[in-house]
Amino acid sequence: MMQSSSEPARLLVVDDNQINRMMLSRNLELQGHLVETAENGKEGLDKFRTGAFDLMLLDIEMPVMNGFEVLEACLNDLDLRQIPIIMTSAMEELDAVVKCVELGAEDYLTKPVNPILLRARVNASLEKKRLRDEQRKLFRTFATKEVAEELLRTGFSLGGQMVTATVLISDIRSFTTITESQEPSDSIELLNQYFSMMFDAITQNGGIVNQIVGDGVLAVFGAPIFFEDHRKRAVKAGLQMLEQLKVFNEKQLAQDKTPIRIGIGITSGRMVAGYTGTQNRAIYTCIGDTVNLADRIQEYTKEALRPLLIDGYTREGLPDSYKVEDLGKIVFKGKNQAVNVFAVVG
Amino acid sequence: MSVIDLNTYNALKESTGADFISTLTDTFIEDGYAQIEQMQTALAAKDAETFRRAAHSLKSNAATFGANELSALARELEMMGRDKNLEVGDRLEVLKEAFEQVKSQLNELRKP
Repeated sequence: MMQSSSEPARLLVVDDNQINRMMLSRNLELQGHLVETAENGKEGLDKFRTGAFDLMLLDIEMPVMNGFEVLEACLNDLDLRQIPIIMTSAMEELDAVVKCVELGAEDYLTKPVNPILLRARVNASLEKKRLRDEQRKLFRTFATKEVAEELLRTGFSLGGQMVTATVLISDIRSFTTITESQEPSDSIELLNQYFSMMFDAITQNGGIVNQIVGDGVLAVFGAPIFFEDHRKRAVKAGLQMLEQLKVFNEKQLAQDKTPIRIGIGITSGRMVAGYTGTQNRAIYTCIGDTVNLADRIQEYTKEALRPLLIDGYTREGLPDSYKVEDLGKIVFKGKNQAVNVFAVVG
Repeated sequence: MSVIDLNTYNALKESTGADFISTLTDTFIEDGYAQIEQMQTALAAKDAETFRRAAHSLKSNAATFGANELSALARELEMMGRDKNLEVGDRLEVLKEAFEQVKSQLNELRKP
């Protein structure tokens, strides 16, 4: 038995049905967890945002805000998306459940919930989260290495400044499915290999990895140390990532292991960058529309069926030797203006 | 004749405890009356969506206790509500009768 199954976790049960809330809470409390409940999606999301939970059990059909909307809001939140969400639903709602799992829900349970399945699914999800958290911590310790030099030189102060830079976001496709189909240790090994490839490509081109979220990587080029050619550097790193991944996948296939696919989104522009955290523990991070757009464009790689997409401003910073394909103007959710998207093909 | 599947009921009792199941039974009865009332009101107002939701909840709760027949009746009404078909005939009356039987048996079952 894995150790974490005996450690109490903080769980949130969101369901509009009182009987379901009582049943789930009772079972989970008997399994040693600390449980809070919410009666609708809106209340659930508010609690989830403030409560430092380890996992959420989320009903799909609810008033005020349904399970889909809550799930989407969580997945769009950099802090919340790392916390596993298990959907709970009636048998007839399996179509909806599939949609949720595709969106990024960790798992699902059908109601009435079987206590043994409940225990197994909750513990497996908590274990996966624990591994991901460890991974994140581990990588953060050496992701800040590049920043350390600059910190020593300029002195350390928290606070942001406006910079012009390029953001690169990469994500593994269907990583949850991959982790489910193999041993946790294999998943971690896979992540380690993937991250070290990505980190090499980023740092070799002068970029800084400043966030690891699950299997996603966020890197910035041109800040805190400015490079005139930050846009070219980011795209070069992206192409290098894909090149290395190709070699990696050939090896994986030769060993009868799962190949992985990634999507990369790159955008350039003005953003707020700076050190956030405390004097003892801080990370260099960047925020703003440019960063959000990079994430949207990265997501759009799924639809566009191209692994590396960039925005118009990044395109303008590329020398002619780069081959790009114009995918036209795309309107992304939550954005007012259409964005010109290009696929980098070589 | 049992209107409760005793395997389901006993498994529930075993996993959650006798005290808990008594509290849960109170909630089930209280919520059940409220759900039936909502269905009646919604039926009169031709509000298929509210009707469907109330039937959905009752279906789910009945299944939790192993009241399978009641759950199936509620499910049928839920599906009619979903299809915006409120020509339910005497189904709601049949469901009320089934609910009363389930209530009686749950009250028997929880006696120490």
